[in-house]
Amino acid sequence: MRQFQGRVVTPGTVTAEAVVTKQGFNTLASLQMALQFGDKQVKCGDQNNEELHGKPLLGKALCLPQTIGSTTGGLVLYCACALEKNPACLLFANHIDSLAAAGAVLADVWVDGVSMPVVDCLGDDFLEYVKDGMTVTIKEDGIVEVA
Amino acid sequence: MLLTKEQQAILDGAQGETMAKVMKTMVMYGDAFEAEKLVPITSEYNHLVTSFGLKVMSPVYDLMQQLLDAGVMSGQKFSVDPRPLDKNVPASFLQNFVFNKFMYTKQDFYEDQLEKLGLKDDKAFTCTCYMDEVGNQPKKGDILSWAESSAVVYANSVLGARCNRNSGIIDIMGSIVGFVPYFGLLTDDGRKADWVIKIQTTKKPEAQLLGSAIGVKVMEDVPYVIGLDQWIGTELNDEAKSYLKDFGAATASNGAVGLYHIENLTPEAVELGEDLIRPDAKEYIIDDAELQRVQDNYPVIWKNPDAAPKLCFLGCPHLSLQQMKDWTDKIEAGLAASGKKKVVIPTVLTAAPGVLEAFNQTEYADRLKATGVITSYICPLMYMNNPLCKTMPVITSSNKLRTYTSARYYKDDEILAAITKGGK
Repeated sequence: MRQFQGRVVTPGTVTAEAVVTKQGFNTLASLQMALQFGDKQVKCGDQNNEELHGKPLLGKALCLPQTIGSTTGGLVLYCACALEKNPACLLFANHIDSLAAAGAVLADVWVDGVSMPVVDCLGDDFLEYVKDGMTVTIKEDGIVEVA
Repeated sequence: MLLTKEQQAILDGAQGETMAKVMKTMVMYGDAFEAEKLVPITSEYNHLVTSFGLKVMSPVYDLMQQLLDAGVMSGQKFSVDPRPLDKNVPASFLQNFVFNKFMYTKQDFYEDQLEKLGLKDDKAFTCTCYMDEVGNQPKKGDILSWAESSAVVYANSVLGARCNRNSGIIDIMGSIVGFVPYFGLLTDDGRKADWVIKIQTTKKPEAQLLGSAIGVKVMEDVPYVIGLDQWIGTELNDEAKSYLKDFGAATASNGAVGLYHIENLTPEAVELGEDLIRPDAKEYIIDDAELQRVQDNYPVIWKNPDAAPKLCFLGCPHLSLQQMKDWTDKIEAGLAASGKKKVVIPTVLTAAPGVLEAFNQTEYADRLKATGVITSYICPLMYMNNPLCKTMPVITSSNKLRTYTSARYYKDDEILAAITKGGK
């Protein structure tokens, strides 16, 4: 087990199974089809992401460097939270990007009863260490345990 | 973050609970980037990314309704991305059924909301709001609260305005409070280049392929491109601006670029030159082989990779008036060379309503119509975002459309051959 220290973007504690991408997570390409057509597991639809394509994202600890792509990204993430089709948490190796930050903040301020903790700045080591299927726990103050 | 008295009062509820939540959203958004302050928006118009009334996006429309019900409005009018539907664009009975009965059932409702929220006019539906024919063109140095990745990167890079890669909803919330957090591409430091890109190709690189290569490499960083001026010149004329529109859209969608500098061409590169480059900037050399490598790596996700194309989309982002005229000339010449009168693949050229209106007043309109090509204001990306299109072999020269859908990317000359001669 290893611990990583990150920065809290939106607060909360959670334990979930990791899904990992080392390339940028394209929020629109990944989530839109699944949300649009009611995929219960919210499988990743991004054909350009071989690590995630076809993998369920609902309730997972999504470990990523950053998000990329369309500026609908934040509102797609907000909708995923409002529809309770969101990952359990987002764990960024890098500083969070503006689109993911928007989604996290919109969900935090405008969606009642849904929690999607977000921690960033976990470092490249985090993304090197964490693998699909590992158990990730977000503790308080931005500490993330991976086992 | 240090707030002014006015901003703090709004946050404390002086203008009501909903306005306080809007302000809280912008403050938290800024806090995520350690922004020290909120700065006033100075552009005349805003631009929103959300133009589609998708049933699944109902939380967005619920939120917009909260704003309307609370009377929380922006002082700015806005343009917005293209409409997702147009009867002119070929669609099967099943596609039309899915579009109208399942997907875009909220379209009329949402357009009504947009009108109440401050839509500029009924021709303001385009991703290329900065075209002369549309009239949403910020000035150099203007602070914006825009979203739409291709518009943001164009405004920053070609017009010299200042805007972060804001998400949908943040775009309108910034405009409502009149302030955006000061970080990233709003700051002088955030506009410095992290990469030097050296163009060493033997011919003019395809804009959307070059943009893709750079986007994938630099992600959200700022590239300073050297050597492109030898191919597209040192003057921001219609041709150069159209090239940069397509180039930028590919950098933004294949990566997350919000600003690029082109040596001797874009305003800040002309003004500041290599002073824009950070001392520790990384280097990326692009030659013919590198562009070919990038194109060869695009996945082909058609069910039958050898299928004959059934539709061709040109214009993501929307075409400029000059590009509409250029395609007319090229298609006519291609058909003449192949001895055909009409395009052999249904082909749609998309542009802003104002650009189409201007095009239709030229002699090119009848010439293009005679080739069988259809013109539309539609968003090809929204048209293709459904499972029915996943099995439909669509070709395009848009790297943005390729990224988000099953459309297959070809260079312009390959597209021209396909639609005028046949084959892929």
